[in-house]
Amino acid sequence: MASTAEKKGFWSVIWEYLTTVDHKKIAILYLIAGGIFFLMGGIEAMLIRLQLAIPNNDFLSAGLFNEVLTMHGTTMIFLAAMPLLFAFMNATVPLQIGARDVAFPFLNSLGVWLFIFGGIFLNLSWVMGGAPDAGWTSYASLAIDSPGHGIDFYAIGLQITGFGTLISGINFITTIITMRAPGMTYMRMPLMTWTTLVASVLIVFAFPPLTIGIFLLMFDRMFGSSFFLVETGGNTIIWEHLFWIFGHPEVYILILPAFGIFSEIFSTFSRKRLFGYSAMVFATVLIGFFGFMVWAHHMFTVGLGPTANAIFAIATMAIAVPTGIKIFNWIATVWGGSIEFTTPMLYALAFIPSFVMGGVTGVMQAAAPADYQYHDSYFIVAHFHYVIVGGVVFGLLAGLHYYWPLMFATMLNETLGKISFALFVTGFHVTFLIQHFLGLWGMPRRVFTFLDGQGYNTANLVSTIGAFMMALAVIILLVNIVMTVAQNKRVARDPWGDGRTLEWSLPLPVPYYNFAQTPLIRGLDAYWIEKKENNGQMLPAESLDDFHMPNNSILPFIISAGLFIAGFGALYLASGREWAIEAVSDLPQHPWAIWVLITGLLITFISMGIRSWKDDLGYYVTKEEVLNDLEEQERGGK
Amino acid sequence: MKNRWMNAKWIGLISLLMLFVSGCGKNQLSTLRPAGEVGQEQFNLMLLSIVIMLLVIVVVTVLFTIAVVKNRRKKKGEDFEPKDISGNHTLEVIWTSIPILLLIILAIPTVYLTFKQADTSAMETDEGEVNSEEVVINVTAHQYWWEFEYPNQEVVTSQELVVPTDTRVYFNLQGADVKHSFWVPAAGGKMDTNIDGINSFYLVFDDEKAQDSDRLFYGKCAELCGPSHALMDFKVQALPQAEYEQWLADMKNIEEPVQASAEDAQQGQGIFNDSCMACHATTPTGAGSQGPNLTNFADRDLIAGYLENNEENLQDWIADPESIKPGNNMTGAYDLTTEEIDAVASYLMELEVEEGSGDVEALQQNTEEDSETASESDSEEDTSEEGGN
Repeated sequence: MASTAEKKGFWSVIWEYLTTVDHKKIAILYLIAGGIFFLMGGIEAMLIRLQLAIPNNDFLSAGLFNEVLTMHGTTMIFLAAMPLLFAFMNATVPLQIGARDVAFPFLNSLGVWLFIFGGIFLNLSWVMGGAPDAGWTSYASLAIDSPGHGIDFYAIGLQITGFGTLISGINFITTIITMRAPGMTYMRMPLMTWTTLVASVLIVFAFPPLTIGIFLLMFDRMFGSSFFLVETGGNTIIWEHLFWIFGHPEVYILILPAFGIFSEIFSTFSRKRLFGYSAMVFATVLIGFFGFMVWAHHMFTVGLGPTANAIFAIATMAIAVPTGIKIFNWIATVWGGSIEFTTPMLYALAFIPSFVMGGVTGVMQAAAPADYQYHDSYFIVAHFHYVIVGGVVFGLLAGLHYYWPLMFATMLNETLGKISFALFVTGFHVTFLIQHFLGLWGMPRRVFTFLDGQGYNTANLVSTIGAFMMALAVIILLVNIVMTVAQNKRVARDPWGDGRTLEWSLPLPVPYYNFAQTPLIRGLDAYWIEKKENNGQMLPAESLDDFHMPNNSILPFIISAGLFIAGFGALYLASGREWAIEAVSDLPQHPWAIWVLITGLLITFISMGIRSWKDDLGYYVTKEEVLNDLEEQERGGK
Repeated sequence: MKNRWMNAKWIGLISLLMLFVSGCGKNQLSTLRPAGEVGQEQFNLMLLSIVIMLLVIVVVTVLFTIAVVKNRRKKKGEDFEPKDISGNHTLEVIWTSIPILLLIILAIPTVYLTFKQADTSAMETDEGEVNSEEVVINVTAHQYWWEFEYPNQEVVTSQELVVPTDTRVYFNLQGADVKHSFWVPAAGGKMDTNIDGINSFYLVFDDEKAQDSDRLFYGKCAELCGPSHALMDFKVQALPQAEYEQWLADMKNIEEPVQASAEDAQQGQGIFNDSCMACHATTPTGAGSQGPNLTNFADRDLIAGYLENNEENLQDWIADPESIKPGNNMTGAYDLTTEEIDAVASYLMELEVEEGSGDVEALQQNTEEDSETASESDSEEDTSEEGGN
């Protein structure tokens, strides 16, 4: 594909990506956009650690620090981790279940553009009067109090990306339920597909509370309502509940697909099928289910009373059980296998002890009275970085190396990969292990500085040094990516040599229609079975014939752009108005805001109307074309 | 030779001990050096959970290391084909049930302590009044300072909390502007000061532990509350019961603002009354004012919660509060010349409460009478008091 793309010229490639509905190209869009946001969040992290390297530092001012800290958290969760996981879900899931695309290719495209426009909107706050500064949790009392439009950028930016995420969740559920190839029963689905399914279900149930919470916040800040204004009868605790009813499942939305990636990697590079597959599936579903019953453990100190605290404490402890099942099954998968230490496998192996350490501190926090001490201290910062970096980011980096050939038909350099791995893992432990102690020594989180003489100096400096090791690791990774792209050394089918699941049975680069013939699935690890029994050839489930594919469309881009424009209208509407909250009532009025809001919404609704009333029937890929491709592959293979 | 070795051994031992001691943080603010019942119970629970969790980490790490070391492809050969095992029912049962058992061990004290530490029923009498027998303190958190009101004695102070040792100290917590969180790490866990309602809990300060830390503990705000969240520190002075009562009586003794003596201080008092009085009280009354109560300002150790209390720092603080506590509400509230600021500073440095000036017996009597009248009177007073918070 890329060679034809080169012939097509730069602008037509751009146009192709703006209009694409192909899940593999959408995966690349997610990877690039998510990667850029990951780097931005990383730079913000470095600024935080620089400021905290020494006591009483004035590298960042207090207000700016809070903006950096808020944007670090918000960017990493919503604009980096989740989109990067979507990149790998999009790249693998349709291939793993033997589908030619996702169930709703148009919505898939809409999802990625909503995410990109929402992310740009949120980050424009930096140059348009200040970023949000109330933390990624944006607790209502501080969010209402925060002067200027920072929080409005947060609310509208997340609302737009949130729609994208919700749409993607629905899309994956439908795809996995309806588009599996013949023989791909639920209990033959690879773990990556399973975890994507469960994470998508979580998205569908968890994002609406966030959407509602942000709507209420938007109305308070932009349209003069008072859901969270205590003096006029509002209640700020409701925001905390809504946020965490979303926020806790969000943790599992992030970690479950990472579990999926690890499961694939353990099994592949141990040359052994996943141990306790059905227990793993059961544990995944159970984690997803429990994930909705524990949100109040983020609120133990809010004063919900001992009954609520005790119930949520027990529920939280219960989650450790299925997570433990997973850990032990992974170890049992490796046990008796034949381990090849590739870069993805190294990340997967480093994940186990790292994540266990993050997990056990999680259980420690479930003990509510002890959590009164941990809560909002650096202990918590250490804990969630152990699970999110040690779990999710390790998973993303493992996935990046593992799925790179599937996405780009080249291989990342293994030597650079291992150097980067060693630096990243060491830096990670140096940065965050010591933060547990900072918390226990009484250092609260989200502080822009600390005083000399309270015993925090050395530990903070160590933490900063670790952070720079991680930064160096990421730079080496970038060099690796640039080199690999520049060299463009193509690899063929099953580049790791031990591929087990269906996606590795495809020729590289994967044809745009994925499967010339829908394959027949004969068991778990479908490709492995055919390697053993059929010389690596998947059996077709249908005769070679014309098949249907969807057309590209620019409408998702325009719909998202409309919401992006409308966002600015909503944001500036309340500036300087009598009925507005104090935070924005002193700002100059913007009479044009209402027209921007209307114009943006018109663009969105008209595009949606065009999509609804104008039939787009797609096109057929002819048998001749597919035969041609197959012939070419065979020649290339020889 | 032997001597030198002995020396080295001792030095080694001492430095190891030092490392261990410093590994637990400072007496005044570490959760690992609990200063009383509440902190101790939480610390014990932390220890129990840490022991269980270390056990888990050790088991996982050992199994994991064996699995990785024994099964390297280099060792087993390129062509080795592992046997595919689908799973093992017994193993699954084992690694499901053992964690459940461990969690039950942790869950029992968790639930017990959750209920125990939430029991603040002693704070109120059966009629719903503040119980005058108990030490009750109303805490109001502001951006970025703390107000402490002793409702039984009707004394108000700010920034430096004074508590008695060896007894339960009950707190009513509320936020005035945004949500904060009240945390004295050495004494026990934190509780949020919501703006929606009052939270209550108690802490205990052991006299012995208080002596170990010079009767001083640090308190912190634990919930992001704006730019100066990091600087919203306060101090806790833990005094023996008698000294605590004497302090209250001394405070109570200040019925009129302390009059300035030095000439520039007198000038300063005039300026203070014109420019600062609207927010800052200099008598220990009037809970719920705009700025911290300054009755015993000169007795305090810190300015703005974290600067050493001397005249120079005070002048800087009054001249440009924004540079010391960004986002505070004092910035721009007044317009004073440098001379005026110096005068106000010298006045504030005279705001001392004479030790031993108050009558403890009168205070005790007052409190008792108060409680009697309070229980007799209808709930009118009660509501007005809450409104004041």
